Amino acid sequence: MSQLLIVAAEEAENPLVPPIPELVIGLLAFVIVFGFLAWKLLPNINKVLEQRREAIEGGIEKAEAAQTEAQSVLEQYKAQLAEARHEAARLRQEAQEQGAALIAEMRAEGQRQREEIVAAGHTQLEADRKTASAALRQDVGKLATELAGKLVGESLEDHARQSRVIDRFLDGLDDAASKAEATR
Amino acid sequence: MSADPTQVLAFETDCHIFDGCGFPAPGLHSFLFEPLWGDADSNLYFNKTMLLALLGSIIIVGFFWAAFRRPKVVPGKLQMVAETGYDFIRRGVVYETIGKKEGEKYVPLIVSLFFFIWMMNLWSIIPLAQFPVTSIIAYPLVLALIVYVLWVSLTFKRHGFVGFFKNVTGYDKSLGAVLPLAMTIEFFSNLLVRPFTHAVRLFANMFAGHTLLLLFTIASWYLLNGIGIAYAGVSFVMTIVMTAFELFIQALQAYVFVLLTCTYIQGALAEHH
Repeated sequence: MSQLLIVAAEEAENPLVPPIPELVIGLLAFVIVFGFLAWKLLPNINKVLEQRREAIEGGIEKAEAAQTEAQSVLEQYKAQLAEARHEAARLRQEAQEQGAALIAEMRAEGQRQREEIVAAGHTQLEADRKTASAALRQDVGKLATELAGKLVGESLEDHARQSRVIDRFLDGLDDAASKAEATR
Repeated sequence: MSADPTQVLAFETDCHIFDGCGFPAPGLHSFLFEPLWGDADSNLYFNKTMLLALLGSIIIVGFFWAAFRRPKVVPGKLQMVAETGYDFIRRGVVYETIGKKEGEKYVPLIVSLFFFIWMMNLWSIIPLAQFPVTSIIAYPLVLALIVYVLWVSLTFKRHGFVGFFKNVTGYDKSLGAVLPLAMTIEFFSNLLVRPFTHAVRLFANMFAGHTLLLLFTIASWYLLNGIGIAYAGVSFVMTIVMTAFELFIQALQAYVFVLLTCTYIQGALAEHH
């Protein structure tokens, strides 16, 4: 055994001198590892890592997009609401104004119609009065003449005198009427 | 399965202290294996280290295949674990040193390097294997050479012929009289020593770590006689402690290796100062 040990020790070469077969096998062993990793396995995992990164960042991006959209929708909604309020206020104002104008117009119209009716009434009244006055005057003249004729007989046949008397009488009536009207 | 003579001595013989048996100390021979197939002299053989290297590759590819073959946006447990490791290297190493824009191209290389080296280191404490593949200089050297070739070609491509030498020698007029000396040192340090240190840093750490583990493991067995039993206990505790420590060193060295790789690439891509 010790013989073998001595032989082995003598055969032990410089440990810094590489044996060629071991160099070859070492290279081969490393190339196997490098080949598999570089050819397939690391590209595989890189792809998946990239996908994972995208999945995470994509999720964040989506959330951000949703938030932005929600914000814009909210702003839009608020703007619409404000506009609607403004519109409503404007409409109310307008309606109020329109209503006021309508009332004023109607009031004016009513006033005008009333005045018209009153004026028409007055005119009618005046005309009626005049007609009545004229008819009355004629009737009273006729009646008075008739009465006077009956009382005085044929003495009053003198036409000129007759009409003078009547006129005087009627003037007296007019005076009385106007006096009565003034006192009334 | 193992042809490691030390392990044969440590676990299959009755060599103990006070038995007139010398301590079978670990040494360079602990890192030599009889070929499992072929002849050691013919350069056409297959040994334990090669088996572990290829097996390690298959394990890494298998792990990432299971995790990333059909990755999901909502990850399962395995995918989550693999993603954490991947993201750690991608963000924590590549993006930090080279930057996201320029670094993206090198992520597969750096990730492969890290997990490959880590796995090769991890073999050190995996039962039955218990040998760090990276303690054989050939494996770190291959990786360092790949990085070296990449670094040199990148520097040429980015800066042209004159720019390459300016970049490699750290040309800086403000140094004045010291400039020739500084350029010579930088030239050697960058172009000649760098791949060597890059590989040896990893190799030496794993070599030393494995030697320490062997030392305490063998000592635990060797001391198991008479009063030595008490010391064997101490040695065994040290074995456990060193195993835990190695677990840390393995990840750390893989990290250091890829971090340096990124620094080199970043240096190649950087503009003149």
